[in-house]
Amino acid sequence: MISKKDVQYIAHLARISLSENEQETLAKDLEGIVKYVGKLQELDTKAVEPTTHVLPINNVFREDVVRPSLTQEEALANAPAKEAGSFKVPQVIE
Amino acid sequence: MNLNELTAHELLDLIKEKKTSTAEVSQAVVKKIQATDGRIHAFVRTPAIPVSANSGAYSIPIAIKDNLCIAGEEVTCCSQILKGFRPPYDATVINKLKASGVVPLGTTNMDEFAFGSSTENSCYGPTRNPWNLDCVPGGSSGGSAAAVAAHEAIWALGSDTGGSIRQPAAFCGVVGVKPTYGRVSRYGLIAFASSLDQIGPITKDVTDAALLLKIIAGYDEMDSTSANVAVPDYLQALKNDVQGLKIGIPKEFFVDGMDAEVKESMSAVIAVLEKKGAKFIEMSLPHTEYSVATYYIVATAEASSNLARYDGVQYGIRRHPSQARRTPMIDMFEETRDQGFGREAKRRIMLGTYCLSSGYYDAYYLRGQKVRTLIKQDFDQAFKEIDAIIAPTSPTTAFRLGEKTNDPLSMYLSDIYTISANLSGIPAISLPCGFSKTGMPIGLQVMTKPFAEETMFRVAYTYEQNTEWHKRKVNL
Repeated sequence: MISKKDVQYIAHLARISLSENEQETLAKDLEGIVKYVGKLQELDTKAVEPTTHVLPINNVFREDVVRPSLTQEEALANAPAKEAGSFKVPQVIE
Repeated sequence: MNLNELTAHELLDLIKEKKTSTAEVSQAVVKKIQATDGRIHAFVRTPAIPVSANSGAYSIPIAIKDNLCIAGEEVTCCSQILKGFRPPYDATVINKLKASGVVPLGTTNMDEFAFGSSTENSCYGPTRNPWNLDCVPGGSSGGSAAAVAAHEAIWALGSDTGGSIRQPAAFCGVVGVKPTYGRVSRYGLIAFASSLDQIGPITKDVTDAALLLKIIAGYDEMDSTSANVAVPDYLQALKNDVQGLKIGIPKEFFVDGMDAEVKESMSAVIAVLEKKGAKFIEMSLPHTEYSVATYYIVATAEASSNLARYDGVQYGIRRHPSQARRTPMIDMFEETRDQGFGREAKRRIMLGTYCLSSGYYDAYYLRGQKVRTLIKQDFDQAFKEIDAIIAPTSPTTAFRLGEKTNDPLSMYLSDIYTISANLSGIPAISLPCGFSKTGMPIGLQVMTKPFAEETMFRVAYTYEQNTEWHKRKVNL
């Protein structure tokens, strides 16, 4: 059972504010979907390794050398707010 | 015959014979977009005719899904939250296209962040199916598939996380390929679910699909999940026979929920391929019934993580609530994401966050990844005995706009035949194999083991060359 309170908790984890209306609809939607995916509990998976990668690719390394990358200007070009070569954000600490 | 109605390989032949030019082809495409896209809405951005960069071996214009980065051009994943974003670099596939003379011409509509099977979840409004404007084109690459079907594009690129290339290709009567995981670099593809996403072609026939995959495939050091495996010349694989090939029919796919007409079309497919030398074997993929549930855990968990980056700091929109709730920073994050994401995006972020949250991780995400192993093992086992698997691409033909928008689970279940290929990393193609009595296209899917795209193309090509479905054209 997924309650409105659960939805509020998950919404905060996901950093999304939701209207009262959305909270009610989502509680219902998630309830239905979670019930459906609960189907997986039927299977015995004790001895099964979880998939980490579908192909046999191992860690990929490269030499630690400086290569061309975005300039500061390019990296900041899409920022909604910037100042002194940095991303500008609202107050973080009270 | 109008130029925009031809395939890329036909046009390249004409260009070689100096009977037409890239500029003429581009003009024909733009003219068609202007004439019919008001009704289809396949495109969200239609730039002017490209005037330069037409040299190269394959100089045919292409439509691009709105989740692939082109330097300096707006890309939004059809989401409010990315409005105005202009990436500073080209995706690797765009680089490869440009190097081959293939010019991006227009950006196509999609479900927001590729979350959907109908292209109804776009912040720009839905795309319509060229075969029946009351029906959806499928999704999430519905704009690309509709553009190709409506002859508003010669060919197109899409992306496929759970069927997002193949299902719209089936619904629109065109060809779509999801390559092996790692076959095509995802550098510059805006991520949805990183263990599932692949970029692939949407074309008018199998030959163009082979040609386009040849152009975009290959290892890329900018994508450490791309596979360092040589790219064969897929055009060489296009043989009109399947002599000696063993093709499996998974019995679990042929159960309740499949349209009678779709089922009948499969019998006809088998007859055509048997005549060309294939041997059919009934086989089993025992964990098929768990694939949709597994997918919606793995895909939404990865999506919730990938979409955490849209927080109003680096790009896209930023919004503040009218009244303070927590700290100004958290308030900004939450308000930006509330206003920026649409309904389905919120639903998937919430589901994914739930599956990953403390106390539920083992029961959902970890279990999902374990069942994924079982699903992959089913395919590994099957491909020891057989060369390819065939199945319908979708259990039904295109449904009506609005039919499934209020029932997310029924929408998710429409992906039942395409999802397994993403979960197990194998390549799959969808191509036309018939029409319903109401005139809607039906899609045939061919799957092979990883990196066996040549066999996949050979089966698809043989079927295509011995049928006429791909020649049927939309009348708009």
